[in-house]
Amino acid sequence: MGEFTVHRVRFFHYMPSAVRALAFQPQRQKIAVARTDGSLEILNRADHLFQEKVIPGREQRGTEALAWAGQRLFSAGLNGELVEYDMQELREKYRLDASGGPVWTLTCNPQGTRLAVGCEDGTVKLFEVCDDGIQFERNLAKQKGRILSLSWHPSGSRLVAGMAGVIWVFDAGTGQSVHRLLVERGTGAPRSKECVVWSVVCLSDGTIVSGDSSGNVKVWDGDTGTLIRNHQVTKWDVLALSVSQDETSLVAGTSEGTVVQFQHLSVVLGREDKEWVQTRTFKNHTHDVRAVLELDTAVVSGGMDTQLVVRPLLDKIDVKTSASALRKIHFPHRRLVSCSRTARLLLFQHRIHLELWRLGESEGTGDSLPIKRKPEKLLHLKTKGEEHICCSALSPCGGWVVVSTVTNLRLYRLQCDETISITKVSKLPKVVSSANQICFSSDSSYLFTASTCSSVHVLALSQSGCTFVCTLKPKSCKRTYNWPEFLVSASRTVGHCVLDLVIVCVQAYCTVPVYSSGVTAMSINPATNNLFMVHADQQIFEFSLEQKQYTDWSRLVHRKGLHPQWLERDTPVTNVTFSPRNPAHVILHDMYMFCIIDQTLPLPERNSQLVNQLTLRSLPEKERRAHSHAFKICKTFKELLFVELLEDQSLVVIERPLLDITAQLPPPVRQKKFAT
Amino acid sequence: MAALYEGYTLCGLVPTQNPPESGIQGIELDRDDDRVLVTDSTRSVTVYKVSDQKPLGSWTVKQGQFISCPAVYNSQTKEYVAVTNDNVIRVWKTEDVNIDQAFKATVSAEIYRVHSVPDYEPVVLFRRGGVRYLDSLLTAPQQPIEEVLLEDEVIRWSTMVRTEQQLLVLFSSEQRGKHFLYVQRFSPNTLVKHQLEAGPHLSAPLSYAATFREEHIHLLYWFPNGSVYESVLPARHPAPAAAEEVQALPRSLLLQLPIGEGELRSASALPLDEAHVAVVGVSHPSAGTGKDYLCLWNTHFQTLQASRELAGKIYGQVWCYYGKLFVTHGKTLSVIPFECQKSSLAAALGKLKQTRTNGNCRSSLVPSWNTLPHGDKPGKSRGVTTRRTVRRAHTLRTNMRDAICTHSGPVEEVEQKVEMFLIGAEQAEQQLAVGRLVCELVARCRAEPSFYPRVSLLQLADTRYLCHSVCPGLLTLALEKKDFRLCQVCLQLFPDIPEAITCACLKVILGIPDAELECVALEPDSLHLMKALTQGPVPSNDDGGEHNGFCPAPLEEDGGGSTAPDAKVTPAPLDTSDRGTKPCKDLPAIYMDCPVGLHKGALLNEVLQTAYSDSLLLPYLKDLTVTQVILFLQYLQFLYLKYSQDVLPQIQALRMPAVTQIMEWVCLLLDAHFTVLVLAPEAKHLLSGLHKFVKSQVKLFSELGKIEGSLQVLKNSKQSHQTGQYSIEVVELF
Repeated sequence: MGEFTVHRVRFFHYMPSAVRALAFQPQRQKIAVARTDGSLEILNRADHLFQEKVIPGREQRGTEALAWAGQRLFSAGLNGELVEYDMQELREKYRLDASGGPVWTLTCNPQGTRLAVGCEDGTVKLFEVCDDGIQFERNLAKQKGRILSLSWHPSGSRLVAGMAGVIWVFDAGTGQSVHRLLVERGTGAPRSKECVVWSVVCLSDGTIVSGDSSGNVKVWDGDTGTLIRNHQVTKWDVLALSVSQDETSLVAGTSEGTVVQFQHLSVVLGREDKEWVQTRTFKNHTHDVRAVLELDTAVVSGGMDTQLVVRPLLDKIDVKTSASALRKIHFPHRRLVSCSRTARLLLFQHRIHLELWRLGESEGTGDSLPIKRKPEKLLHLKTKGEEHICCSALSPCGGWVVVSTVTNLRLYRLQCDETISITKVSKLPKVVSSANQICFSSDSSYLFTASTCSSVHVLALSQSGCTFVCTLKPKSCKRTYNWPEFLVSASRTVGHCVLDLVIVCVQAYCTVPVYSSGVTAMSINPATNNLFMVHADQQIFEFSLEQKQYTDWSRLVHRKGLHPQWLERDTPVTNVTFSPRNPAHVILHDMYMFCIIDQTLPLPERNSQLVNQLTLRSLPEKERRAHSHAFKICKTFKELLFVELLEDQSLVVIERPLLDITAQLPPPVRQKKFAT
Repeated sequence: MAALYEGYTLCGLVPTQNPPESGIQGIELDRDDDRVLVTDSTRSVTVYKVSDQKPLGSWTVKQGQFISCPAVYNSQTKEYVAVTNDNVIRVWKTEDVNIDQAFKATVSAEIYRVHSVPDYEPVVLFRRGGVRYLDSLLTAPQQPIEEVLLEDEVIRWSTMVRTEQQLLVLFSSEQRGKHFLYVQRFSPNTLVKHQLEAGPHLSAPLSYAATFREEHIHLLYWFPNGSVYESVLPARHPAPAAAEEVQALPRSLLLQLPIGEGELRSASALPLDEAHVAVVGVSHPSAGTGKDYLCLWNTHFQTLQASRELAGKIYGQVWCYYGKLFVTHGKTLSVIPFECQKSSLAAALGKLKQTRTNGNCRSSLVPSWNTLPHGDKPGKSRGVTTRRTVRRAHTLRTNMRDAICTHSGPVEEVEQKVEMFLIGAEQAEQQLAVGRLVCELVARCRAEPSFYPRVSLLQLADTRYLCHSVCPGLLTLALEKKDFRLCQVCLQLFPDIPEAITCACLKVILGIPDAELECVALEPDSLHLMKALTQGPVPSNDDGGEHNGFCPAPLEEDGGGSTAPDAKVTPAPLDTSDRGTKPCKDLPAIYMDCPVGLHKGALLNEVLQTAYSDSLLLPYLKDLTVTQVILFLQYLQFLYLKYSQDVLPQIQALRMPAVTQIMEWVCLLLDAHFTVLVLAPEAKHLLSGLHKFVKSQVKLFSELGKIEGSLQVLKNSKQSHQTGQYSIEVVELF
């Protein structure tokens, strides 16, 4: 395969934001993740926890709580507004002021018909979920102080609200309070500091479980209002609680970064009477755990350290597979970087700005080359308005930059010879107002934007500006356009259970057969016109667009099966690219490795070593041929965000060390460690 | 620990018509422990002298008659009793030549067996469950016998057990796949019926055995799938109401023997003592199937203790009398002597520790499971000596051991005999015999205050076959007799001394005046260590200032630690002269004199090195008096100071207390006597000195901790050499 010069880039200071809330939709196995920057992610638990949808956030909008009402997703935040999201268009559907000051908590009753909102002014407001929106129904009896946590009784008849120092139980029918449970502050806490009930859970037998700022998980009898049991879990706060569907297991997230599991067990073997017993403690976070979910076979937790951890409960799992292993999700499952191969430019997408860098140059030989010219930051492009960037792209020639928010798409003409000049293309066609995915044709003459209603708009680019060519809609009539190459756009808005691809080619239009798992990365090989796809379950497909069928190589791969170690990887492939010199070389990467697939070489045997570069290195030249296989995996670089092969066969590798992310986090709660 | 000795043949077996039968109906005891009564399956009864393998007499019934149950010896009347043709009881004496001319009585029902135990009247068990004393039956032979068993119920096994006050007859019966156990008690006559628990995969039990110990009858029965169950019955009379109905008999799994595939057909298990079971007819777990073994299993630890391959067919018959197993196999009846030691975990495992600490000075004494089944003794003598001489040597030594135990002569004679015994015996044999010997000697010492074989006990302890569980009285006896040499050996060698005894030792050692101890000859190595410790720091040719940069100056001034390095530059000779001339304030804190004599120190060192568990030790430590505590603390402080100095690497001793052991003892002592030490005025100086030194050490270690942190950072930074934002590298892919 040979030597590659690698530009190891670490100056992309990508910073994910902290996880604030989690919500699970059991029917479709979707996990909604709200982050502190207001963005929302939908993960599909059935599909290897693939991040299917991302709704970008906006400035000044902090989400505090999330709730699913059936298939619909609602959020509320400290700006006092309730938001419903449009899952097809990946944007807000509408927002509604709850008119009670900042909203701290939001829950939906188990029937999915009513939303309860806890406000700063001490009211619990009930909203009715209608077909076309939500309708204010009533206020429950107003209390003094803010409502910090809410939980419905599974029957929907009662509502439990946690506040500072007190828990109220309301009758949802009359709106009157039934019980008042006083929560004492822990021993030794200052008198001025009240015990804040951060989270409550109401169980079907009337038991109420609360987690508070003095580090206790308290179990109350909801009928009599008495404290049954108190578990001191931590010295710090218990921030989040979640109970399993069958109500046998409960998890609590704490400020120490631990997740504590409780189980409803009979204390004496064989006896009927059961108690909540603290059973296990998981420590996967360094900072506050702000949200937890108990999903029967796994515990999902997220918090200030920005990662999402899926911890399997091994006692509930019969067969141990790669899907049931501990998973940590650090990076988004999409590209934040685009690269111009010829102009050697990199475009980094941040929350509200773009950065354009030019790569450096080197001379000489050796393992680590001296740098002749340092990399240069050419541009810092800020978007206008409050909305965060949804997607961005840099054309392969390096002459165009396009960036889109939920409401606004901008195209820039870029000239960077000696001096940098950037001009905004002013007259964009009206239809192209926003995009979820953007890509350029490989000769930079066309721009394709995937937008609302699963449609793809095509724009022709020229020196003078851009002109609108057409709109492609899935399953629409056949149109032929004489384009030099193919365009593929995964219409992510259609939903990934059904993979629906729009393919426009020289003569034909065809649909790739449906596959059950979502596409994480795909690309068309410009030399062979083969569509290369990688799915969330790590399967690889290659589809010949000319013959409208899978290629022989793809059939071979599926007849033989991929190597087990390949299938066991737990991060999705986020980029596919091809070698400009050798069309049989496909370059892919996930978070921990990049891989060059040489389609001419035999596939690895099931029992052979998959990552065999070190072995090959130690072998003499002649024997290497016999031991080498198609998957050339390099694990030298870790925590990868992007890998691309430039025109001159040099690789660009963009790393974002997790340590650097951790270093930028606020300090965690102070813990006394032994011997310090 | 248990062992099987070399066996020998008592007699050949008469070939029978039906092959699964061995040809022997039963073996019963005769008048003394060397004679047995063997009843063969046809017509004759023979008395053998076991040690001589010789028949002493034989009786045969007429053609056409047959002996229907094993003959027994009635020790009350000194007569033999046998049953012929199921219902004729024959009674004869040794002098009778012809059995047919002896006394006979025909009874009205068929007899199952006659049971006899020494010093009791024999008991006759009838086929239908009736039980009579022999003498009462013979007075009226034609008396009607009641039917206890049901229509289709048959007796499978029976035995008689002697408890403290009375006799019990136990017999088991089978009725349509159900198994019952009957317990017949006498005066008043009661019969209790128990039903044996039936498991899902259990067929009829293969063999039964019953023993009496600790006021309970332990019934052992064995199923063809290899599980040995135990049921416990009270030996006393049960409540009368319970006698009416059938009681279920609870059981517990005692042993699960590996049997390979298939089920066992003819096999037998026999309890030897509370922890050991002899099993015949099961293959050795590591040997292949098809071979039959006699195995001794320990039921406490579920381990195989000894085994012997038996040639020929196994009939599943085994008897045990007076330390000998009688087994029928092939065409012979073999006698295999055995020995079981009191089972203790320390005997099996505790020696591991000893062999480790002693390094290679002795070979491993842990019995190896691999060598045991094949060769029970080192094979070196087997080639030269014949089987008979080996056996004779063994019996000789057994006799010698018994002689020592029962000998009432003066100390010198006993010592001489013990020495003889130790020279002659082989390793495996010693291991078993030494424990028993020591127990006997200790018992005798207790009985006769003047008797104390000092040398013998030391020799026996030095064999390293002992542990505290084997001879619980030895160490306390040594303490009472103030035999500190023996004490030292025991403390060194016993891995399992209870905390109470450790504390008792400590108390005696601390309480005894130094002068008295100086005359005791202790182990030279321990004394050498103490000498090296008390010699103090050698004012050596140090030209580089203090050793290891140790600076006593910051001890006194708490905040002045930072100035100390400057002061350290002072030339070395000045420092040493300082030490000699001027009584510097802090020097006594470091260079203190040994508060105890050499011998006492050596003994205390042994106490420090014993194994203990702190929660168990703590209550006993509270028994020490204030002066003892202070003395011991002073000694510990002395050791700690010595260890903190540079004398330690110069000392080459085989055994010395580790610094962690010293620290743990200090903590325990302070913990146990906290209030006492706070209140005692004489402890104040000691405690403040200790505190000062500990404080300086803590300071030192906290500094070390800081250094460790920064070194860790250096190490980490070296690993991730590339920290820049951008670099261009070359990667080669193959």
